Amino acid sequence: MPELAVDQLTAADPASGQPFVEFRNVSLAYDETGNAIEDITLDIRRGEFIAFVGPSGCGKSTFMKLCTGLRPPTAGGVTVNGKEVTGPLSITGMAFQNSNLLPWRTVLDNVMLPLEIVQPHRSRLRKHRKEYEEKALAMLEKVGLKGYENKAPYELSGGMQQRASICRALIHEPELLMLDEPFAALDAFTREELWCMLRDLWQQQRFTVVLVTHDLREAAFLADTIYVMSKRPGRILESRTVDIPRPRSLETTYEKPFADLVLSLRTRIGAVRA
Amino acid sequence: MTLSQPMRDRLAPWAAVVLLLVVWEVTIRAFNVPQYIFPGAIATVDALWTHSGPIGKHAWQTFWTTLVGFLIGVVVGLILGIMIGTSKFMYRTCYPLLVAFNSIPKVAVVPILVVWFGIGTVPAIITAFLISFFPIVVNVGTGLATVEPELQDVLRVLGAKKRDVLFKVGLPRSMPHFFGALKISITLAFVGTVVSETVASNQGIGYLMMSAGSQMRMPLVFAGLIAISAMAMVMYGAMAWLENRVTGWAHRQ
Repeated sequence: MPELAVDQLTAADPASGQPFVEFRNVSLAYDETGNAIEDITLDIRRGEFIAFVGPSGCGKSTFMKLCTGLRPPTAGGVTVNGKEVTGPLSITGMAFQNSNLLPWRTVLDNVMLPLEIVQPHRSRLRKHRKEYEEKALAMLEKVGLKGYENKAPYELSGGMQQRASICRALIHEPELLMLDEPFAALDAFTREELWCMLRDLWQQQRFTVVLVTHDLREAAFLADTIYVMSKRPGRILESRTVDIPRPRSLETTYEKPFADLVLSLRTRIGAVRA
Repeated sequence: MTLSQPMRDRLAPWAAVVLLLVVWEVTIRAFNVPQYIFPGAIATVDALWTHSGPIGKHAWQTFWTTLVGFLIGVVVGLILGIMIGTSKFMYRTCYPLLVAFNSIPKVAVVPILVVWFGIGTVPAIITAFLISFFPIVVNVGTGLATVEPELQDVLRVLGAKKRDVLFKVGLPRSMPHFFGALKISITLAFVGTVVSETVASNQGIGYLMMSAGSQMRMPLVFAGLIAISAMAMVMYGAMAWLENRVTGWAHRQ
């Protein structure tokens, strides 16, 4: 992949001037009990890192389902890459709070699972297995799992499992990475390590990220833009641009601008919950 | 003499068997129970030895009948389990029927089978099948129905079809459930075969016990019991071995 300048990527798609992901007045109701999310309008630039924060049950995960095409909206329209979303988008990788690694597969085979499904890799996998395996191994090395490729998932710590899970989400080089509270089950130190891992991966590859989280520090440390959601039915109350310069180090999180940002987000959500 | 811990662990089950035999024999002798009512351990072992030829022949008949019924049960159980495990609609439609069917005592079905198929091996195979497929259906169905929705999302978003999810995730994940069910089913299959043989056959251990009983040859009846139990144990062991080989990942140390 040719190296692209960062500013070129974070700007709106130069070819069309279109945002990468576009939500226009989107609502989704699962059943008659009312909307899970309501009237969401937002743009995500190609290569942007956005975070959703909000109280529990505010429809953050629903947003992910809409964005990936797993669910059609009840009202409004979702466009990704200039095209209306009508079905599952295979340019997406997903990772969740639970690493969901398959216990009967080795770490390497877990990471390679998407290649057995998504085209064109699916048809190429048998003949080019070596090449794909090398790619997966390189990926594992990048997240610090070199030497663990032949272990069973349960032999790994929670943090390592989550690293492997993110490798699995990225192996088919998705343009859009969806993360649903991926670090929520980890201890504080491991979590910060994984923030840095994700930051570095993103800095190198510049995929677009949608991060759903309860952790305001996490959102502030990683994201370009933070969306604050209301209680159910989830609406966007506020969109906050994080102007802390990149690359950010963990030390940044102990400085005043960062602390102010987190505090004001906290205050906002506190008001929503009340 | 003191035994090492692993040695003691290994000998303990055998010691329990010997103890049971001793208590059995001593009790029978102490109360002077006549052999045609309740034979002692020695008389039973003696019958097992003297009649080993016919017992072997009938045991073989029971064994392969059970195995055929069980294998049909596995195939049908897997198919039904996959059906109700992958489709909520099928689950809702078929599950009550399956439960209703399973609550019918299988002994009650044997006379019907005799009318349809005559006496002999066929009703025994069918009874073994009928009694053994249900645990497999329920367990495979449960295993499939409880695949994590997030994991399904991960695969579905990549364009995975239902079939992909079934073969990559659902079935491998259900294997521990499946093998758990196999261990129950194989034991039940023996019950089915013997019940059918007792009522409607002139071959098999069930028949042997029935006819020996009618002649008051109780040691032979008990020898038959021991033969069934031994076969069922061996098959249970085989299933447990297979389980360990295939789903070792589920039994981490």
